[in-house]
Amino acid sequence: MKSINVLSATGMLGSGFKEETLKRAMALKPDFIGADSGSTDPGPHHLGSEETQFSDAAYKRDLRLMILAAREAKIPVIVGSACTAGTDAQLDRLAGIAREIAREDKLSFKLAAIHSEQDKGYLKQKLREGKIKPLANAPHLDEAVIDRSAHIVGMCGIEPYIEALNNGAEVIIAGRSSDTSIFSAMPVMRGINPATVWHAAKILECGAACVVMRKYPDCMFATVSDDHFIIEPPNLDYRCDPASVASHNLYENSTPYELVEPSGICNMFGAKYEAVSDRAVRVSGSTFKKAERYTIKLEGAELAGYQSIIIGSVRDPIILRQFDSWLEGLIKAAKDRINAVMGAEIESKYRLDVRVFGKNAAMGPLEPETRIGHELGLLFQITADSQKLATSLARSVGHIAVHYPVPEWTGLITGIAFCYSPAEIDRGPCYRFNMNHVVEPASPLEMFKIEYENVR
Amino acid sequence: MKLWEITKLIRSKNAGAFELTFDVIFKDRAGYEKVRDAKLINADWFGKTYRMKPEAVTIINYDAANAIKITIPRPVISGDIMDTDVFGGQQYGPLVELDVPS
Repeated sequence: MKSINVLSATGMLGSGFKEETLKRAMALKPDFIGADSGSTDPGPHHLGSEETQFSDAAYKRDLRLMILAAREAKIPVIVGSACTAGTDAQLDRLAGIAREIAREDKLSFKLAAIHSEQDKGYLKQKLREGKIKPLANAPHLDEAVIDRSAHIVGMCGIEPYIEALNNGAEVIIAGRSSDTSIFSAMPVMRGINPATVWHAAKILECGAACVVMRKYPDCMFATVSDDHFIIEPPNLDYRCDPASVASHNLYENSTPYELVEPSGICNMFGAKYEAVSDRAVRVSGSTFKKAERYTIKLEGAELAGYQSIIIGSVRDPIILRQFDSWLEGLIKAAKDRINAVMGAEIESKYRLDVRVFGKNAAMGPLEPETRIGHELGLLFQITADSQKLATSLARSVGHIAVHYPVPEWTGLITGIAFCYSPAEIDRGPCYRFNMNHVVEPASPLEMFKIEYENVR
Repeated sequence: MKLWEITKLIRSKNAGAFELTFDVIFKDRAGYEKVRDAKLINADWFGKTYRMKPEAVTIINYDAANAIKITIPRPVISGDIMDTDVFGGQQYGPLVELDVPS
């Protein structure tokens, strides 16, 4: 029976894996090594600003070990969602790290770089043609949203990877990609049943996340064939059981039964999870239905403003027993002061928000608990059109806040403990995710330019 | 008895930047079936607790993992100006102390 061995180096490139686990996994003869390098988890900042979640050194440590092992075994390395958001600059950054590794370790390989950043003209044309559709809870999308986006990326499917593999690429680095496509491309290319492939990819893409107790990030290994796959952690300290593998379908997915991909839907409703040893699990029974229309998910981020924040705490029981009215009065006094200094036209150029730690900082207006403890933490947040304005407004807010009175005390009080000097901290530009849509390209490759390079 | 006492994990997490998903994974089949069959976690209760319409709440029973999954639209897009929880990881508190009749 035909099958393919898949090694997932880690759940996120840069988060690490054990060198000895990789070594042990290589002895199991994987057909390729894959790793996901991105996520929208850390928010819109990395797509907006193109900063990366991990340091270059962290990416290099993981990528170097993967490339060294893969070159020795003459198998491909496939990395998707380069440097968090997978923009062109982030793709170039990771490709640059791959070149550096080749130079330092005297390696040569054919590198493919798959570009996922999208042209605004192309997307506006697709929007006019009615070929962009909203997903769940999507914000309004029009041409102005596309125009004001800092960056827009498309999540590629398996097809650009297959194209690159067919062209002899040995190290493939993609911009934004569906996590599962990284692990599905080569198995589908080899003709393995896509139902089993996509389900295995969902389990593999988080590295060791599907083990019973994950103590640190590490590798994961699967043998995938037409009617089942067997998943077994290459780290001997780890074990999978049917419940741990089945539970992983729940993770950051709105349903454990469906995996929506550009080319179709993997349905895991009928999946069976059976122990084949005390460490390995056999999974079978998923199905795959090809989509009527091939779609690519878009991610965009736009500038939401510039921020300054002030962190402080309140301990006085007299203030705490009237906290809500004290804070309401304080915010009004701060806004009045800002109007007095800057004129009433300032009102449309900034917003002042306060987060209260110890009251509802985690859940905001959804918090059902009303009790508070012996102290509260305050975070004043000023968002404005420019950093200069946000900083100067924060200075006024800080001064008003720290001396804002309560009726019980006579004379000037200092009602907030600031932990820093100066009290205000500049946060710089802040971004907002502005689309949750799919686009219908004319072909699966249309949105993803692939560049090849013989690296030595 | 509280829900946390019969579960091995209660968690919340983004399902993308626009949805929030909750997983209640039970210690054993009996606890799962009890809560599932009594419909203790239902759209009306969840909607009331998280201040949204019950129609916005999706609840899925996942027998393979003795788990109940709840998915809702995110009240604020992940990382937007007034978001309180970028990863969506600390939104499950009210579930932890849900009363389970013994």
